[in-house]
Amino acid sequence: MTNTNPNFKRLRRTMMFLNAQKPSLIKDPYIYKPDSIMLDLEDAVAENQKDAARFSLYHALKTVDYHGCERVVRINGLETKHWQEDIRVCVAGGCDTIRISKTESADDVRTVEAAVEKAEQEFGRPIGSTLLMAAIESTKGILNVVDICKASDRLFGVALSGGDYTKDLQTVISKSGVELMGARQQMVIAARATGKMCFDTVYTDLDDMEGFKKDVAMIRAMGFDGKSIVNPRQILPTHEIFTPTEKEIIFAEKVVREIDEKKAQGIGVFTVNGKMIDIAFYDGAKRTLNLAKAAGVYKGEL
Amino acid sequence: MELKKAAMAGTVESSDAQVTVEPATGGITLDIDSSVINQYGRQIKAIILETLERLEVTNAKVTVVDKGALDCTLKARVEGAVFRAMDKGQDAASDWGGAIR
Repeated sequence: MTNTNPNFKRLRRTMMFLNAQKPSLIKDPYIYKPDSIMLDLEDAVAENQKDAARFSLYHALKTVDYHGCERVVRINGLETKHWQEDIRVCVAGGCDTIRISKTESADDVRTVEAAVEKAEQEFGRPIGSTLLMAAIESTKGILNVVDICKASDRLFGVALSGGDYTKDLQTVISKSGVELMGARQQMVIAARATGKMCFDTVYTDLDDMEGFKKDVAMIRAMGFDGKSIVNPRQILPTHEIFTPTEKEIIFAEKVVREIDEKKAQGIGVFTVNGKMIDIAFYDGAKRTLNLAKAAGVYKGEL
Repeated sequence: MELKKAAMAGTVESSDAQVTVEPATGGITLDIDSSVINQYGRQIKAIILETLERLEVTNAKVTVVDKGALDCTLKARVEGAVFRAMDKGQDAASDWGGAIR
């Protein structure tokens, strides 16, 4: 079954982490225009401030106008005592998406889904209005990522959490990314095979903008849809890398037009700008145009 | 609603407010310290009293150190302090959309 929620497949190039407990952070992050903001009830909030963070979150969700930014809330893990009340406040406040921490199995997703549905009934929210995404933070989670992707129609995608994952792998984050290679590859393949989206982990060295851009360009080439970010400075470079260039848009437009035309003439393979093109390029070109349209840089008719 | 103990929520960081509530008898006493007391004192007081009323707190000593908090933050801090003063544990269910709104 496909999810008909209009937000299910929205553009999510950047997802910016914000501490839900800090009033100075939650009141105006939309001015930086990330595609999504992620209000954090988990690691950013100290263990003895989980209660205060929920009150703060509730009123932020109810009163702050985020100007179309998707409002994701990261809840505490299922191994804690906090997650059930976290879900109640998220649903009551009407957040767009709940991000499940430390997801290891399809059962984890189903457990959250059941609690979300119960909360939607309790607070009179439309059933199915709260979307889910799963953070994969362990080797076990990586091994189960296909099942996790398939576990719920509410779940639009999976996100890698590199810090915890490399700890579990018994290594550390390096700038080469070699330690994340297997996880990233497995996740993006699983996401595509199941029709879901895939998001990369944070890059924490804010002073190394070149390293950051290289990282983003690589994950885009791998097929990822977007990246988790920790600072507004990371938004623009990410959007630029994920937005098709004018050259790519013109080429994609040509590919779509030519394939439509040649198909009518009974021709299967031909060349565009000296490159061999056949039907296999059609979906990719369409995707480029959709991405360009969503990013506001393509106003053509295709 | 009877407060069981003194409790505090919030910080004195910019845009935040620190609210302390203590059990008392004979109504609400409210002490506000704010850098914007001249412009917003009346509004801050009104929000705090409304929030306490919704929570059915009728007897308390309330101290507020405001650092330019938005209305929604003031509410959240009063609710947080009262919630803690009820001493029901930090993951007790709250009345979202009812007393909390």
